[in-house]
Amino acid sequence: MLLDVALLVALSLTLLTALSVVVLSLVWIERKFLGRIQMRMGPMHVGPFGLLQPVADAIKLMAKEDLLSSWVDRVIYWVAPLVVFVPVLMIWVTIPVARDLVIRNLDLGLFYIIAFSVLSIVGLVAAGWASSNKYAVLGGFRAAAQLVSYEIPLILAVLGVAMLAQSMNLVQVVNEQNVWVYALIQPLGLVIFFIAGLAELGRTPFDIHPAESEVVGGPFVEYSGAHWSVFFLAEYINTFAIAALTVLLYFGGWLFPGLPGDVPIISLAVFLAKTYLVILVIFWIRGTYPRLRIDQLMSLGWKVLVPLAFVNILMTGAYLFYGWPAWVLSLLSVAVLAATVWGLSKAMRTAPRPEVTVRIYNPTSEAGHAG
Amino acid sequence: MAPEGFTLNYTAVVIAGIVGFVGMAIMFAASFILSPKKRTPLKDMPYECGIPPAPYSWSQLHMRYYIFAILFLIFDVEAVFLFPWAVVFLTSIDAVFYEMLLFIAILFFGIIYSWKKGVLQWK
Repeated sequence: MLLDVALLVALSLTLLTALSVVVLSLVWIERKFLGRIQMRMGPMHVGPFGLLQPVADAIKLMAKEDLLSSWVDRVIYWVAPLVVFVPVLMIWVTIPVARDLVIRNLDLGLFYIIAFSVLSIVGLVAAGWASSNKYAVLGGFRAAAQLVSYEIPLILAVLGVAMLAQSMNLVQVVNEQNVWVYALIQPLGLVIFFIAGLAELGRTPFDIHPAESEVVGGPFVEYSGAHWSVFFLAEYINTFAIAALTVLLYFGGWLFPGLPGDVPIISLAVFLAKTYLVILVIFWIRGTYPRLRIDQLMSLGWKVLVPLAFVNILMTGAYLFYGWPAWVLSLLSVAVLAATVWGLSKAMRTAPRPEVTVRIYNPTSEAGHAG
Repeated sequence: MAPEGFTLNYTAVVIAGIVGFVGMAIMFAASFILSPKKRTPLKDMPYECGIPPAPYSWSQLHMRYYIFAILFLIFDVEAVFLFPWAVVFLTSIDAVFYEMLLFIAILFFGIIYSWKKGVLQWK
């Protein structure tokens, strides 16, 4: 037992280190990629191709003064970054990167991940509240509203996968995809999961709570130095987790046609390649779309994604229960998606514009005024 | 009777939590040693884009946040019921499937009702 615990501690430390390295790579990729999108070079001075830039950033953050205004609620202020970070790390206990490369393969894996990913919201609200800053309080509320709203479609989309695989064990879910990946069987679920996942991360176009031009950084306004960097770390680990989950749930994880699925090195390489591709899509979206307004954001969540997620569950249930062929579900999914896109574009086009009546003062034509 | 590896599985979860907590605490300590500490009255003030901050910023929250929190609770609890169902409904009797359809229909009616009531409108 003691040996087991020691092994688990060692594995957790390895996980923490590996994720820190991943975060450094993500920061570099994001800056370089956004730079190229905007026709800039991105970081290029520190190290070859600017590779050491994130390391320099990390050192800078550590050596920065940790400002603390005398108005804050100290205990909550110090604890909030940890409340955001710890659940994000705990999720990774059960995310497999290859068939046998996982700390513990929980039977309730999917359920556990969903349960723990909600916990971070508490930290964000607490951070906003404790900062004693108007923008931070507003940002904290916004974070609560947004993350809570998009949690529902995320959960329901994941439920669709659990139904297809008849399991909540992530290794099992991937093994079930050895013939057809779920992205083909259930494209609707993939779209819901990805959009809701982006919103959960609070990344553009859903960065309502840290919106710089509205609430100047939201819950993080009052944070600096090491405490701010913990939020930053949590955000990037979360990004990686959502990308990894997208790959595991919908793109067959470490499976690739023609490659063996049980050699750890090959599996890991395939998994990382797929995950980084999804990450690039996330960064691409960040470089492309403007931020949604908060009412648009909530409408999209509750009026579009939640009903769609219900439809997805019903279709998946019927497909499994009546034993339809898989292509029926794919076709239905695509049809529903097409209908949604059509309906949305129509709704956006016919949105009533505010009527503006222009009155020009013209004293000569004012009949009845002079009398 | 707990399934095999149950204790170890959730020990791993707790240990990961502790490692995360301690790791970040070490980082805070390192930063505490490395960083300069120079307090000035201006640094003591919350940042409000340059204007002098108002003395009390813990404002009351708008009602709409509360409504969305309630909606979230309803659907989150629903998910707790749906997940166990999702992995057993194919191996159980047919009634299990139809019962859950009824449950989902009621919830779906709930969201349509709140939509019609204008609760989902952010204003």
